[in-house]
Amino acid sequence: MSEGFDDATRARLEVDAKEVIARYPKSRSALLPLLHLVQAEEGYVSRAGIDFCAGQLGLTAAEVTAVATFYTMYKRRPMGEYHVGVCTNTLCAVMGGDEIFAALKEHLGVGNDETTEDGKVTLEHLECNAACDFAPVVMVNWEFFDNQTPESAKRLVDDLRLGNDVLPTRGAGPVCGWKQASRVLAGFSDGRAGEGPQAAGPSLEGLKLARERGWTAPSPGSTGPAPTEGGAR
Amino acid sequence: MTGTTLTPVLSAHWDREDLYTLDGYKAVGGYGALRKALAMEPDALVDLVKASGLRGRGGAGFPTGMKWGFLPKDNPNPRYLVVNADESEPGTCKDIPLMMANPHALVEGVIISAYAIRSNHAFIYVRGEVLHVIRRLRQAVAEAREAGLIGTDILGSGFDLDVVVHAGAGAYICGEETALLDSLEGYRGQPRLKPPFPAVAGLYASPTVVNNVESIASVPPIVSNGAEWFTSMGTEKSAGFGFFSLSGHVTRPGQYEAPLGVTLRELLDMAGGIRAGHRLKFWTPGGSSTPIFTEEHLDTPLDFESVGAAGSMLGTRALQIFDETTCVVRAVGRWIAFYAHESCGKCTPCREGNFWMVQVLDRLENGEGTEADVEKLLDICDNLLGRSFCALGDGATSPVMSSIKYFRDEYIQHMEQRGCPFDHAKSTVWGGA
Repeated sequence: MSEGFDDATRARLEVDAKEVIARYPKSRSALLPLLHLVQAEEGYVSRAGIDFCAGQLGLTAAEVTAVATFYTMYKRRPMGEYHVGVCTNTLCAVMGGDEIFAALKEHLGVGNDETTEDGKVTLEHLECNAACDFAPVVMVNWEFFDNQTPESAKRLVDDLRLGNDVLPTRGAGPVCGWKQASRVLAGFSDGRAGEGPQAAGPSLEGLKLARERGWTAPSPGSTGPAPTEGGAR
Repeated sequence: MTGTTLTPVLSAHWDREDLYTLDGYKAVGGYGALRKALAMEPDALVDLVKASGLRGRGGAGFPTGMKWGFLPKDNPNPRYLVVNADESEPGTCKDIPLMMANPHALVEGVIISAYAIRSNHAFIYVRGEVLHVIRRLRQAVAEAREAGLIGTDILGSGFDLDVVVHAGAGAYICGEETALLDSLEGYRGQPRLKPPFPAVAGLYASPTVVNNVESIASVPPIVSNGAEWFTSMGTEKSAGFGFFSLSGHVTRPGQYEAPLGVTLRELLDMAGGIRAGHRLKFWTPGGSSTPIFTEEHLDTPLDFESVGAAGSMLGTRALQIFDETTCVVRAVGRWIAFYAHESCGKCTPCREGNFWMVQVLDRLENGEGTEADVEKLLDICDNLLGRSFCALGDGATSPVMSSIKYFRDEYIQHMEQRGCPFDHAKSTVWGGA
């Protein structure tokens, strides 16, 4: 049966939970962030985490479990410190994601959704992570590692296991741990929004070309009068 | 259609390093539209967006202003604005860079749109798998709140608004607007039967507008520059500009903001063409849920009507480009594995149909299939299309049916050769030379 959180942990999390619940007109809307919160505590959603969420929201453990098991980001087993996700949806797979995933499985000696013995890396293949113009894409704790190769991905996981700093292509570097990432997802700032570039590589290709060729959107004046209702008062 | 040029609007300042901060955004004219909008009557803003012809940029292309106009006037419940930032359609990669580089463009759009529909509570439902985008969005909302652009009596207008950034937890189905609402209410993300539409009974059964990120971010420039400016770009029925996201076997993949109606031939020309030494084989006009196109569609104007007339859908303008090294059976099989994984399980045709199509496609790719398997796929599609609550099931049939239409020979080739005739290594970034 459930061990539950100890009193100190519970007291601390209750303060956080109160803050999360206060954001929503109806408390049940806080369930997804609360599941991220308990995942931030233990690295996965345990029975204790489920009971905590249920207690905060006046739900049954079954109701919370039904939700926790629907969403792939909630893990039901202890995770490594770094979740390494390889996109193997069609576009990334074709561009080399399959080769990267195969190389990492062999290199780490783990299968899909398994963790290395040192507890450092959990490997998983992902569906499309909305960075197709940077294919093939690898995510570490949900930060972007763009334009990967089997070699770069192997170096990446080696660095993670050795405790070396690892910098995402677009994101906060060095990449944070799994629990810290989960806490950000729950809605608690880690103060790192200013790190990393605003945009990079393919995101800027269109703009770069437009600048080279002097292309812009039409200026408002050139297409007839601006609407009269605006700015009059 | 020749001579189409790019029209960067939302991406016009993405090369500015501090664009994601309030100061950076204001330095390029940010929040000017908000001041203008707050001086207008809300209904005038709805009329303006209607007149602009802006159509939803999340895939379906429903007119945004009309959606706003559907909110019942006599419903006493609070109204909600929900931004769909759950970008997950395979190939689609425009909202994420937009929110990373220019989150205030979305926040300004949210404030103006909420004011227009008389909502005091807005939510941005962003997929959870993009940690840094969530940081940037939350920071933008916090900065806007601190500057009095969100909160009570915004800029002295008497308008109050709270904005909550809500992180999802990994479920493609939550990009479907009613599943998104269930998810935002703290349930499993499963679609609802429509009607009632969200405009009547949405979040907490209250009147709700759900709009895509790019749609909402397009509102401030429309307010600033006028409906005629917007309609001066694009086509008559597909007005304005949008992101065209090129990925795959192109020389310079990336985000190209152009008027609707631009062609793939023009875009490929801008992107340096298909990667060196290769030629175009097939492509998706708007994500994996839109039937694939081939070389014969290079000159199809990429607007809602023309793409529809050519047998596909404009979708999210996610142009996934595949050259002749790519096995179409493998590509489709992988997409269907995705739909099978992401089917929420509510509707039997989608849950079971995708499950079985994965088996059949695996068999075909491995050269163990028969011609009857190809017919079986079409039969399953026939039982899937139009027979589920939401468009996920319909979307799954698109790559299957269109690939059989254009590449039936390739399916047969797999059977004849008792295996895949392609060397997958040649499709990779490093294997194409």
